[in-house]
Amino acid sequence: MDQTRQTTSVPVRRPLPFRAQLLVWSALLFLLIILGLSVARSRNTILGVGSKVPEFSLTFMDGYNFGSAKAVKLSDLRGKVVLVNFWATWCTPCQSEAAALETAWRSSQPSGQVVFLGVDYVDTDTEARAYLAEFDISYPNGPDLQTRISQLFNRNLGVPETYLIDQQGILRSIQIVPFQSVGQIQPLIDPCSREINSWT
Amino acid sequence: MKRLVWILGILLIFLAFATGQAYAQQPTPSDDQVNAIASQLFCPVCENTPLDVCPTEACQQWRELIRQMLAQGKSEADIKQYFVDHYGARVLSEPPATGLNWLVYIVPPAAFLVGVFLLYLAFRTWKQSRPASVIADTPMQPEWKTIPESGSSPKTTDSTEENDEYIARLEEELRKQS
Repeated sequence: MDQTRQTTSVPVRRPLPFRAQLLVWSALLFLLIILGLSVARSRNTILGVGSKVPEFSLTFMDGYNFGSAKAVKLSDLRGKVVLVNFWATWCTPCQSEAAALETAWRSSQPSGQVVFLGVDYVDTDTEARAYLAEFDISYPNGPDLQTRISQLFNRNLGVPETYLIDQQGILRSIQIVPFQSVGQIQPLIDPCSREINSWT
Repeated sequence: MKRLVWILGILLIFLAFATGQAYAQQPTPSDDQVNAIASQLFCPVCENTPLDVCPTEACQQWRELIRQMLAQGKSEADIKQYFVDHYGARVLSEPPATGLNWLVYIVPPAAFLVGVFLLYLAFRTWKQSRPASVIADTPMQPEWKTIPESGSSPKTTDSTEENDEYIARLEEELRKQS
């Protein structure tokens, strides 16, 4: 008998223990669920024209009020056309439209059917007050505390941005560049105002 | 003499006011003091940029705000809270451990521990499996599987591995080659 032999070792593949597999798959599933939830949440916040605007509240800066109130909720303004303008003092284009917005506000104020809301996006109080004084802004203005309002509108592009909400709380128009003149603002407000006049 | 007393009295009153004013004033905080707090905050507008190195006008305003608050005697915690109240928790370089933010603190160490555990299992598996080698004219070691050149059936001392399908396939391949 041949004494020469070949000895060969053979690697044996052993699967991971069941508990380890369970742990890994559970962790992956958990992360996928979290990822899915965050994606679903971000999709829900995209607000397009024709969407119902979610409820929000704006607390005004010192010296501003709506009637006698120091804060206003969107639901309080049901039945009126609401123009929401996001601005900031560090935003140069915002300055170019500030005067036009104020003029449009003053011309629409007598009807009582249109409300302008200025939302100061991530700014400092001192500079914001100086800005409002410089442009003699008289319509209600307040800070976007913790960016809650801008997040509702999914506003991530920049400032200025202006949203027009109709009497039923439906978003009618989005303006993502500054208004150049009052003539650009007036046509946006007027159809909504005429609509409410025809309904009443 | 009376005149001297009057002059000294006026001087004393003047000095009292002067020192009073000096104590009431806070020293202007230095850039280092401002940046020590600004480095713990992020620019709320330009994302992923720490406030201490952010070059924009808005960030300059926020650094100036920190300087003013420090001059007013506000603490670091007060200033950070002010920023959170106004711009949200996203401005903090270290998010607060609340809600889903817990994941930031739990997932990395948990993933590390799972990784260590998996590595331990892998090393243990590799240790148990034997390195492939061919030993000629050497006595057979009892724990190794052996495959004779002649192609006869394998002799192995490990009864648990005898029926391994993989071994059978390997034997078949070796038999074909010989």
